[in-house]
Amino acid sequence: MNLRAVWAIYRVEMARAFRTVLQSIISPVISTSLYFVVFGSAIGSRITEIDGISYGAFIVPGLIMLSLLTQSISNASFAIYFPKFVGSIYELLSAPVSYLEIVIAYVGGAATKSIILGLIILATASLFVPLTILHPFWMLAFLVLTAVTFSLFGFIIGIWAKSFEQLQLVPLLIITPLTFLGGSFYSINMLPDVWRTVTLFNPVVYLISGFRWSFYGKSDVSVGISLGMTVVFLLICIAIVAWIFRTGYRLRN
Amino acid sequence: MPSIISISGVTKTYATGFKALKEINLDIERGEIFALLGPNGAGKTTLISIVCGIVNRSSGTVTVDGHDIGRDYRAARSLIGLVPQELTIDAFESVWATVNYSRGLFGKPANPAFVEKVLRDLSLWDKKDAKAITLSGGMKRRLMIAKALSHEPRVLFLDEPTAGVDVELRQDMWAMVRRLREDGVTIILTTHYIEEAEAMADRVGVINRGEIVLVDGKAELMRKLGRKRLVLELRAPLASIPEAFSRYALELSPDGGQLTYTYDNQSERPGVASLLRDLEAAGIQFRDIDTQNSSLEEIFVNLLRQEA
Repeated sequence: MNLRAVWAIYRVEMARAFRTVLQSIISPVISTSLYFVVFGSAIGSRITEIDGISYGAFIVPGLIMLSLLTQSISNASFAIYFPKFVGSIYELLSAPVSYLEIVIAYVGGAATKSIILGLIILATASLFVPLTILHPFWMLAFLVLTAVTFSLFGFIIGIWAKSFEQLQLVPLLIITPLTFLGGSFYSINMLPDVWRTVTLFNPVVYLISGFRWSFYGKSDVSVGISLGMTVVFLLICIAIVAWIFRTGYRLRN
Repeated sequence: MPSIISISGVTKTYATGFKALKEINLDIERGEIFALLGPNGAGKTTLISIVCGIVNRSSGTVTVDGHDIGRDYRAARSLIGLVPQELTIDAFESVWATVNYSRGLFGKPANPAFVEKVLRDLSLWDKKDAKAITLSGGMKRRLMIAKALSHEPRVLFLDEPTAGVDVELRQDMWAMVRRLREDGVTIILTTHYIEEAEAMADRVGVINRGEIVLVDGKAELMRKLGRKRLVLELRAPLASIPEAFSRYALELSPDGGQLTYTYDNQSERPGVASLLRDLEAAGIQFRDIDTQNSSLEEIFVNLLRQEA
């Protein structure tokens, strides 16, 4: 195992986050605060409790997930797409580094950043609404699992993308709608039956539901299924990454 | 000693169906400077990219110091440093961070003293805290070289190292190549500036349309394929070449003041001595005489012409 290489890549990725601290950390914090002002205070004060939780507190896990998903994807996809775009990827490909090491370094870097971000949003949220975390271990487990899974997903997009447009397209057209429709701002039990069934095909529902359960002990679907679906999605991403590397897809051709 | 790089039966067909390389067999000797010559699109960069692990080969085997580039890629790649043709650097990192990153990527423990030496040798030390984006083109090129040398490679690939490079950097680069060679580093360079190959290389390989056309020592190549040219400055201009000299295939300059005789070394043609005797007998006098060897460039152009 070339641990020095993993560390070198990881450090560069983290350094980028600190260099672009405004973009990486502060802007999500500001947008999350705005969500709280709008949905938590302004609109939320007119909304009754959901599952016995005040609306402001109810949306916290969903908001964290929203940022976690989009940031994991954009961090990881950009990290691998950019060297491809400028051509500096030659060095990575010519280095004595295994595919596993490349994935660990890039996905680890992206996941670390989005986990830190998730925790910052959590801290920000605690300034607006009283928070309880019933299952801190599972809260962290969902946080890490989701960050890793979607960083892998972002990594795949970064390798697949041939242009900046494609790089933006998947998050914009797929992830954002899925997250908004995944119960960030409402319980899926509030939907008519038909739409509730449709919603169950949205993987993000399981992430948010499980994550919310770790806070308040209440969930739209059972925690076991949430965890299972998250792991399934993780395994799918791992399988795709393994296939990319076996074939050299869009990297060594 | 066995060769440091051994390429056998390597082919590359791109997904588009384009056959970039057809059956390449090539051995690079330990410690030599090998120049790979060829026109644009001949397959030089593809071949280098395969050896370095950047592009997958379609078939064939490559070993670096006995290590197969597929099965034993770690050992093989650790030995190689690559300076690609394009200036491709993470623009926002400092010079110091970039070079240390490269060293780490190749699994070498941090060694600030060594990295400092590399930067000083390339006149980059003053710029160590500058971001890559602020460097001039020549400085970026130096940075690319520093990155390639950061992990102490035993084989250095220079892909078109002096394309668009000023005289000073070019001289620095050749000085560096000579120093590396003294340390036993094998150097493989591609170029289409043939004077470079002529000045630096021990051996030359010519690649054209995905095939190695020939490989030979530079001196042997120039002896075997080179031509000589004898130029005579005449005392009195000639209107035309006399009939008696037709067997020499002479050329007369437009003003009639200069006769040029081109002959190759292995030629069966009559030699210089007999030409001079015949000229004297014919009463053609000359005031100066000069001989020239043809350059590698002419040899190269001739080779490609024969191919076509």
